[in-house]
Amino acid sequence: MHITGNLLLDTILMAAVKMVGFVFVFVMGLATVLTWTERKFSAVLQNRIGPNRANIGKMRAGGLFHMIADPIKMLTKEDFTPDTPNPYLFRIAPVLALIPALLVFVVIPFGPGDNFQISGVDAGILFIFGIASLNVYSSVIGAWASNNKWSLMGGLRISAQMISYEVAIGLSLCGIFMIYGSVDLQQIVIGQGTTFWGFIPAWGIFLQPLSFILYLTCAIAENKRAPFDVGEAEAELTAGWWTEYSAMGFAVLALSEFIEVVMIGCLGTTLFLGGWQIPGVQGSTPGIIVLQIGAFILKTLILVWLQLTIRWTLPRFRYDQVMRLGWRILLPLALANLVLTGVVLAVIDRF
Amino acid sequence: MLQSQTGYVSIAVVSVVVTLMGLAILAINYVLGPRRQNAVKMATFECGSDPIGGARNRFSVKFYLVAIFFIVFDIESVFMYPWASLYREMIVEPGFGMSTFVEMFVFVGILGAGLAYIWRRGALDWD
Repeated sequence: MHITGNLLLDTILMAAVKMVGFVFVFVMGLATVLTWTERKFSAVLQNRIGPNRANIGKMRAGGLFHMIADPIKMLTKEDFTPDTPNPYLFRIAPVLALIPALLVFVVIPFGPGDNFQISGVDAGILFIFGIASLNVYSSVIGAWASNNKWSLMGGLRISAQMISYEVAIGLSLCGIFMIYGSVDLQQIVIGQGTTFWGFIPAWGIFLQPLSFILYLTCAIAENKRAPFDVGEAEAELTAGWWTEYSAMGFAVLALSEFIEVVMIGCLGTTLFLGGWQIPGVQGSTPGIIVLQIGAFILKTLILVWLQLTIRWTLPRFRYDQVMRLGWRILLPLALANLVLTGVVLAVIDRF
Repeated sequence: MLQSQTGYVSIAVVSVVVTLMGLAILAINYVLGPRRQNAVKMATFECGSDPIGGARNRFSVKFYLVAIFFIVFDIESVFMYPWASLYREMIVEPGFGMSTFVEMFVFVGILGAGLAYIWRRGALDWD
């Protein structure tokens, strides 16, 4: 798209516009709503009322104003640094969690064409892996700089857990790259536009069901949410590596966690649920494009709902169970899935 | 500047804005929040009792072991991406396809053998 005629300026302007639209309005908006949804969802499942106090005048809207009241309260509380030799590292850790969480969205194709993807780099999924794995620095630096024994234990657990599941998540997605022949997310979505056997859409979830289960499990473990919340285990470690965080430092950490929930939904939609593709709908009129973006958002919401359900219905794992699941079950399964995909593709393509 | 590089400019724009936003949120909090500190409040949390020593203690060597496994296995899995994304193009090449296919089994076999080795040596036990 040409606005000023200068390629560099055009790129910067377009990136800024798309960033506001996708990252700030859609992702941050959804993550903010999730702070309320998570509490209300757990309340419904546990037969409680949940948040319902925040109000404007007489209006309570089912506690929906809590998502406005919480940030205001957090902003005006004391952001307090414990007695630690590394106060600056302690302060910077929440920002280190926020940056990778938001940055991975630049390569997600929210709709067809370049206009709905902030950056069309062909590295695609490699960029996501590279940036998302930086998240571990936030946990480790925050835990170490807290100078708290609970934090240190939580940070150590989280670092080992996150890097363990990163191996399995990387191998589990190899089957998808083999089938669609690319690591570029837009190409993968376009590859999912066809059908096989006449009526089933060629989505990743139908072609690679095992890979989808592995991806979802590993992604939730990467995000450190229950049932994998061994690093901030309330029952054993107070609040794990979050123990010393207060006010906005804590809020930013919690927000990054919800942003990652949205990110797992977006990436899962892109790789396994056909992205913005609607089966049987082709074309590039504005009406169809709006429908396709709506389909992407709907699929993302379904995966987000699935994560909330998993988080509030499954019991937690013990730490040794988490490590055993990652190395002894998910990693061999991912390797087996890779070999199986290779054999099946060789048979289909050669004979 | 080439057309193919514009993607990385967009990434740079987003990363700068996101970093500034994160710092700005904490700065606003620093300005708006109160600041009343005392020795008891500054003490790190240890279930309400006085903290005994710092948190710079020794910890289990198992965590180092996991980190080393991660480096080995993650690099090996990164080597598979170019192969995986070219697999369908290569497999149909006459004369070349079978070697693509066999090489994968050799590579996955080496990875699997490494996993089996650390498993048998008990490095994956957490007792």
